[in-house]
Amino acid sequence: MSFLQILWFILIGVLFSGFFFLDGFDYGVGMAVKTLGHNEKERSQIIQTIGPVWDGNEVWLITAGGAMFASFPFWYASLFSGYYLILLIVLVGLIIRGVSFEFRAKSPAPRKPIWDNTLALGSLIAPFFLGVMFISMIKGMPLDAQGNMHATFFDYFNWFSIVGGIALTLLTYLYGLNYIAVRTKGVICDRAQNYAKALYWVLYVGEVIFALLLLFQTDFIKVHPILTLICLVLIVAFSVAGHVSVFNNCQGWAFTFSGLTLVSLVTLIFCGLFPRVMISSISGKYDLLIQSASSSNYTLVVMTIATVILIPCILAYTIWSYWIFRKRIEMPAIGEGY
Amino acid sequence: MNIVSLARFQFAMTTIFHFFFVPFSIGMVFVVAIMESMYVHTGKPEYKKMTKFWGNIFLLSFAVGVVTGLIQEFQFGMNWSDYSRFMGDIFGAPLAFEALLSFFIESTFIGLWVFTWNKVGKKLHLFFIWMVVFGTITSAVWILTANSFMQHPVGYAVKNGRAVMVNFGALLANKQLMFEFGHVIVAAVLTGSTIITGLAAFQLLKKHTLSDINKKNYHKTIRLGLTLMLILSLGTIAMGDVQMQYLVHEQPMKFAATEAVYKTTGERAPWTVIGFANPKTHEVKGKIEIPDMLSILSYHKPTGAVKGMEEVNAEMEKKYGTHIAGHKMDYYVPVNTLFWSFRFMAGFGALMALVSIVGLIMTRKNKESLYKHRWCLWVLALMTFTPFIANTSGWLITELGRAPWTVYGLFTIAQSVSPNVSVASLLTSNIVYFCLFTGLAIILISLIVRFLHNDPEELAMQGQGNKETDPFAKGAF
Ligand code: HDD
Ligand code: HEM
Ligand code: HEM
Repeated sequence: MSFLQILWFILIGVLFSGFFFLDGFDYGVGMAVKTLGHNEKERSQIIQTIGPVWDGNEVWLITAGGAMFASFPFWYASLFSGYYLILLIVLVGLIIRGVSFEFRAKSPAPRKPIWDNTLALGSLIAPFFLGVMFISMIKGMPLDAQGNMHATFFDYFNWFSIVGGIALTLLTYLYGLNYIAVRTKGVICDRAQNYAKALYWVLYVGEVIFALLLLFQTDFIKVHPILTLICLVLIVAFSVAGHVSVFNNCQGWAFTFSGLTLVSLVTLIFCGLFPRVMISSISGKYDLLIQSASSSNYTLVVMTIATVILIPCILAYTIWSYWIFRKRIEMPAIGEGY
Repeated sequence: MNIVSLARFQFAMTTIFHFFFVPFSIGMVFVVAIMESMYVHTGKPEYKKMTKFWGNIFLLSFAVGVVTGLIQEFQFGMNWSDYSRFMGDIFGAPLAFEALLSFFIESTFIGLWVFTWNKVGKKLHLFFIWMVVFGTITSAVWILTANSFMQHPVGYAVKNGRAVMVNFGALLANKQLMFEFGHVIVAAVLTGSTIITGLAAFQLLKKHTLSDINKKNYHKTIRLGLTLMLILSLGTIAMGDVQMQYLVHEQPMKFAATEAVYKTTGERAPWTVIGFANPKTHEVKGKIEIPDMLSILSYHKPTGAVKGMEEVNAEMEKKYGTHIAGHKMDYYVPVNTLFWSFRFMAGFGALMALVSIVGLIMTRKNKESLYKHRWCLWVLALMTFTPFIANTSGWLITELGRAPWTVYGLFTIAQSVSPNVSVASLLTSNIVYFCLFTGLAIILISLIVRFLHNDPEELAMQGQGNKETDPFAKGAF
C-alpha cells in the first residue's frame, strides 16, 4: 500500500462523512415535513430551512461516488453492481425527493400535499437503504475471485443490516429535528425539540443493539479492537451529548453533536474495513484490498492535486452560503422562494 | 433478451432523457443570465420580469436534470462494472472533477440565486447566475472529456488488462473534445434560445387575454431569442461541419454510415440526400443524389473519394480481428438510424437558421408584421421542439456510430456489461425508469404549461393574482 492509496481511502471516508454531515439533516427535515408539520404553512416553513442548500449537500454523495470511481474503480464496480436493486431503490428515493422542492413550489395548492409525501418518502427511503447497504457490506458479502457479488436476499436483509438501516434513519431524523430547531422560530422550533427529547431514548436502544450485533457479526473487534471501541464509544457519547444539549436548549450544540454522531459512524465503518474495501464472505482471499482495488499512482496524483485545490474553495463558498441564510425562518414563512 | 441488450436499452433511455434537460438547462440559464445582465445594465424593470419569468422555467428543467444525472453517475458501476474496472483509472477523474468543480458551484449558486432577490445587491445577484452558467459549462467540459476519450482514446497505456492514464493533459487536448464541446455547447445555447422564442410565441397566441405591457415583453423576448438563434444556429452548423471533416479520418465507419455509403466512391462522390439502406444486401433504395456534393461536404473541394463501409469493415477486421474476448465482431453500425438522425439534426439546424433570419426581418422596428399572422407565430411556437430532436439525433450518431466499441478500438460493448446483474434485475430497473421518466415528463410539461398559463404578471395585472397562484409572492415557496 502506498501513501496515496491510504490517503485516498481516507478521503473517500471524508467525502462520505461530508455527505452524511450535510445531506443527513436534509433527510431528517424531509421526513419531518410529514411528521412535524401540521398544516401547509408549517410544512412550507420546514421545507424552507433546506430549500437553498439541499442540492449542494447532495453533491457530496455524487462526489463521493465519482471519487470512488476514480480512485478505487474495483470497489466502485463491485459495490455498485453488487447492490444493484438496493441502489435502484435509493435512486428512486433521491429522484422523488429531488423533484419535490421545485414541483411543490409550482403546483396549485390542492396538489402540494403530493409533493410533501414524495419528499418525506424519498427522505425516508434513501438513508434506510443506504444504511442497509453499508452495514451488510461490513458484515461481508459473497464476492467471488473476480470481485463480482452474487448475493441472495438474506445477504442484503438480515438483523444486522436492518437494525443498521433503522439506526441510520433515526440518526438522520434526529439530526433533521436539531437542524430545524436551529433554523426556525416559534412553535415548530419547540415541537422539534420536544420530539428530539423523546426520540433519543429510542436511539440509545438502537445503538446498543447495533453495537452488540457489530461485535458478534463482524470481525471489526478482532481486526481493530481499539479503534472499533473508540468509535462505538464516540457514537454513544455524541448521542448523549446531543440529548443533553437539547434539554439545555443549546440548539447549535445539539445540531453539531448529531452531525458528529454520523461522522463517527462513517469513521467506524472505514476503520473497520481497513486495509480492505470490501469483505468477501466466501473466502478471505477474495477480499477486495485497498492495494489492489485502487487506480494507478498517476491518477491518484492528479486527483490529489485537484482535490487539495478545490475542497477548500468548496468549503469556503458553502459556508458563505449558509452564512447568508443564517436568519431563522419565521412563521408564517416569509422570504423568497422558487 | 440478454443482459447486454437490456443494459444498452437502459443506458440509451436514461442518457437520452438526461440530455433533454441538459441543453435545456445550459441554454436557458445562459439566456436568463443575459436577461439579468440587461436588467442590471439598464435598470429597466421589464428585464427583471423577464429574468424571473424565464428563470422559473429554467428551474423546472434543472430539477429534472439533476435527478436524472444522478442515475447517470450511478449506472456506470451498476450496469457497466467491467467497463468501470477497465476504464476507472481514466474515466473516474473527469467525473470526479465535474462534481468538485461544477456541480458544487451549480447547486450552491442556484440556491443563492433563487433565494436572495431582495437580500443582496443587484450586482452580487447577477454574479450568482453567472456562476451557475460557469458551472453548467464546465460540467459539460468534464463529462465530454470522458466521452471524447471513449470516441478517441489518447494519453493512456494498457497495463494488466486495464487502461491507465499516462498523460492527463493529453485527455484535455484531445481534438475530439474540442469539436464535441464546441458543437454541444453552441447547440445547448441554441436550444435555450429556441425554447424562449417558441414559448413566447405560444404566449402571444393567446392574444385576447394579454395586456399590452406583457405583449411588449414577449415581443422583446422573441427579438432576443431570434437574434441568439441566428448566431447560434450558424455556429452549430459551422462546428458540425468541422466535426464532419474530422470524422472522415478518425471514425470512417461512422461517417460512411451517416451518408449510407457502402462501396468506396470514385473521386467525385455524389451526395445522397435521402434514401433507404438495406443492411443485408448493402443497397440503398429510393435515392435522390446531388452530384459531387459529398466530396465537397467531406473535403471542401470538388474531388475526393469517400471510403465505403465494406472497405472500412474489411480494414477493421484485419486490424482488430474477427473475434474479441470470445465474441464474434461485426464492425457495421446501424446505418439507417445514423443516416436519418443526421438528416434530422442537420435539417432542423438549417430550419432554425432560416426561421431566425425570416423572423428577424419580420420583427424589425416599426415593421412588426410577424405578430399579425397567427400562422407565423405557430411556426415559431412549434420550433420549441426542434432542438430536442436535433440534440437526440446528434447523440444517436455519436454513440451508435461508435459500435461495437465502448472505448474505440480498445474495449467492446459486450465486454463492458456487469456480469453479475441478472436479466430480472435489469428488466425491473428498465421498467422502473421507464415509468418514472414518463411520469416526470408528464408532470413537468403540465407544470410548464400551467406556469405559462398563469403568467403571474398577467394575473396581477388583471387583479386576479393571489398568493397561492403567484410563484413570486412572498412565502409561496
Ligand atoms: C454536455 C453536457 C452533459 C452531458 C453529456 C451529461 N451531463 Fe450530466 N449534467 C449536465 C451536463 C451534462 C449539467 C448541465 O451540468 C446538468 C444538467 C442539468 C443540471 O441540472 O445539471 C447535469 C446534471 C448531472 C448530475 C446532477 C448534478 C447536481 O446534482 O447538480 C449528475 C450526477 C450528472 N449530470 C452526471 C452525468 C453523467 C454521469 C453523464 C454521462 C453519461 C452526464 N451527466 C451527461
Ligand atoms: C447525454 C448525452 C448522451 C446521450 C443521449 C447518449 C446516448 C447513448 C446511446 C443512444 C447509446 C447507445 C445505446 C445502445 O447501444 O443502444 C449510448 C451508449 C453509451 N454511451 Fe452515451 N450518450 C450520451 C452521452 C454519453 C456520455 C457523456 C458518456 C460518457 C461519459 C456516454 C457513455 C456511453 C456508454 C458507456 C455507452 C455504452 C453502452 C452502449 O454502447 O450500449 N454517453 N449512449
Ligand atoms: C448542419 C448542421 C450540423 C452538422 C453538419 C452536424 C454535425 C454533427 C456530427 C458530424 C456529429 C457526430 C460527431 C461525432 O460522432 O463525433 C454531431 C453530433 C451532435 N450534434 Fe450535430 N450537426 C449539425 C447540427 C446540429 C444541431 C442543429 C444540433 C442541436 C441543436 C446538433 C446537436 C448535436 C449533438 C448534441 C451531437 C452529439 C455530441 C457530439 O458528438 O458533438 N447538431 N453533429
